[in-house]
Amino acid sequence: MTENDTIVAGPRADGQQPLLQAEHLKLLFPVKSGALIGRRIGSVHAVDDVSLSLAEGQTLGIVGESGCGKSTLARCLVRLLEPTDGTLRFHDADITHLGRRSLQPFRREVQFVFQDPVSSLNPRKRVGQIVSTPMRLHGMKRGDATSRVRELLQRVGLNPEHINRFPHEFSGGQRQRIGVARALATNPRLIVLDEPVSALDVSIQAQVINLLDDLQDEFGLSYVFIAHGLSVVRHFSDQIAVMYLGKFMEVSPAAELYSKPIHPYTEALLSAMPLPDPRENRVRERRVIGGEPPNPIQPPPGCRFHTRCPRATDICQEVEPPLAEYAGGHLAACHHPLNVDSTEISAAARSPLSPLSAGELMPGGREGAASGTQLPGVSRATAGPSDAPDGQDGAG
Amino acid sequence: MNEQLLEVEDLEVSFSTEDGLLRAVSGVSFTVSRGEAVAIVGESGSGKSVTVMTLMGLTRSPNSRFAGSARLHGEDLISASEDKLEAIRGKDIAMIFQDPISALSPVQRVGAQIVEQIRAHEKISKAEALERAIDLMGRVGIPNARERARAYPHEFSGGMRQRVMIAMALSLSPSVLIADEPTTALDVTIQAQILDEIRQLSAESNNGVIFVTHDLGVVADIADRVLVMYAGRLVEQGTVDEIFYDPQHPYTWGLLGSVTRVDRDPPRRLAAIPGQPPSLVGMPEGCPFQPRCPHAFDRCRELPPLAPRLPDADHLDRCWLKPDDKRALREIGGRIGLIEGAAS
Repeated sequence: MTENDTIVAGPRADGQQPLLQAEHLKLLFPVKSGALIGRRIGSVHAVDDVSLSLAEGQTLGIVGESGCGKSTLARCLVRLLEPTDGTLRFHDADITHLGRRSLQPFRREVQFVFQDPVSSLNPRKRVGQIVSTPMRLHGMKRGDATSRVRELLQRVGLNPEHINRFPHEFSGGQRQRIGVARALATNPRLIVLDEPVSALDVSIQAQVINLLDDLQDEFGLSYVFIAHGLSVVRHFSDQIAVMYLGKFMEVSPAAELYSKPIHPYTEALLSAMPLPDPRENRVRERRVIGGEPPNPIQPPPGCRFHTRCPRATDICQEVEPPLAEYAGGHLAACHHPLNVDSTEISAAARSPLSPLSAGELMPGGREGAASGTQLPGVSRATAGPSDAPDGQDGAG
Repeated sequence: MNEQLLEVEDLEVSFSTEDGLLRAVSGVSFTVSRGEAVAIVGESGSGKSVTVMTLMGLTRSPNSRFAGSARLHGEDLISASEDKLEAIRGKDIAMIFQDPISALSPVQRVGAQIVEQIRAHEKISKAEALERAIDLMGRVGIPNARERARAYPHEFSGGMRQRVMIAMALSLSPSVLIADEPTTALDVTIQAQILDEIRQLSAESNNGVIFVTHDLGVVADIADRVLVMYAGRLVEQGTVDEIFYDPQHPYTWGLLGSVTRVDRDPPRRLAAIPGQPPSLVGMPEGCPFQPRCPHAFDRCRELPPLAPRLPDADHLDRCWLKPDDKRALREIGGRIGLIEGAAS
């Protein structure tokens, strides 16, 4: 790929090199029939053409409901899974298909914290061994490793004297701290956190959130933060990607997520979420969307959300909307965007993060890129909400 | 005043364990009236689930001890015989569990499971009971209820399974419905659907609902009254607005301060609660929250009673601090919280 083809993500103010970049990342899990001789009868589109870019010191939050592919994406980003298609770059080096040995330097710089602090720690190893293993794998001597483990335990708020204890001797919150200490062991640049506080009680959650905040400031870490809870993600992130059925629906600057959701799915998520504020809950207007996410083996054509979307029209079933970039680096893939006026819509440009399969038609009926070819059978007139079939335009 | 359906008084539940006597619930008293939704909030180990499971008679075992009473229509649930309890349970008081996949039988069609529950309490034919089950499944929002009644639990999604649980719990129009973390395992859009369902159905039948949860968003959304539990005791009790806007117990401040919000710019640090919840075995005298409370003073070695300390007699708390002092202490950076920049 030449310099010009590389995806440059909008939402970065500074001109520095992105730390991690994914270009049209795809991961399909085969679905096989029969027990013995598996004939491939389809695939689960877990991650379907996702592009992202993360700058040094920044946090990208990824939210979505179960089965939307966010955990699979996280595992792809750290190469625990090998993507079916697309490119993954770290510090501008292509790491998409590197082997075990060549990944070693990457492994040192990128670490992972798992959701479940019980099953992600080996019950038969002592804390000291758990935290020092990554260091020893990267060639640190035993003695040095031990003193570093003590330092790390101290740093994550555990008693360094507990270095010889087993995981079961700690509470849930403490175990998650062990997981964080292990992730810090190799001095990483990037930590991918997969629902790191979902299993914890509220007060313990807040402690771990504060710890992760402090560590980010102290070590200049970048985070990819995966969660299904919007409020936790909102607390951490600079940008938030909303994922549905394997695709990014919206990538929003954190501050605009609640005040200016552009994609109806984002609005639906926000609207479904009860606020810890009784008066606010009583006054705000909430639209609960019905239905459940469709089967990811046969995702709906066009916009993946159209089966549940209150604003869906004919075009949504036919043309996959590209990610349009609105002011402030706010991306959304929707033919009928919310909370943006016609000037903002006409100023929007097709984002290079858009999936390859997306149509050229931009909101407002314009064509996106100059190179765009009109899809057969889709006329501009069908883009307007006024052409909605009966009953579908009610909430639009 | 609304009719009181359930009256729990001085409920104590303890279990003898290898480590000693574990006091899961100590001196818990509350009431549930017709048409009211009461939320019990607290963290793991606070005794909220044990409290409601005891009401259902589900904590009875050779190593458990009970004291106090829980009267439902004048009938005590704690001392009731097994037979008596069998007749009440499901009919007058019913429960929705957190995890529907383990609460439903995997080898029986869901329709048959609801029928079984109805026929255990009412002498009607199988066909009649099935009609009622199908009607119920339709009412809780299961499409094609007639067909789906013949499906097994594994053929349902998580949200639909929870709807089956709700249909089953409501099959005999219980006067008190207990929901123990009914939406914790569900996605947020499905959670909103289920909460709507519960709200609507209980408004129709005008029953009392006890909602056990640790999610303060859900509490703010659904509850009329809130009980805050800590280490087996009620530490505060009041209307939902009192608890959220005028909380009296430092633990409640800590909970509110620990919550992340999607609709506000995040504070630089969350006002977390320092330390860990205490062990319920061999708990020290005095206020259970004292070891973690930054505002504790000598008097806290003595257990404060759960009493009204404000002009409003229905707002109870268990803290020795004066209400005027509390108002100043709980303000942390414009929000309610326990302590600024608590040690991580």
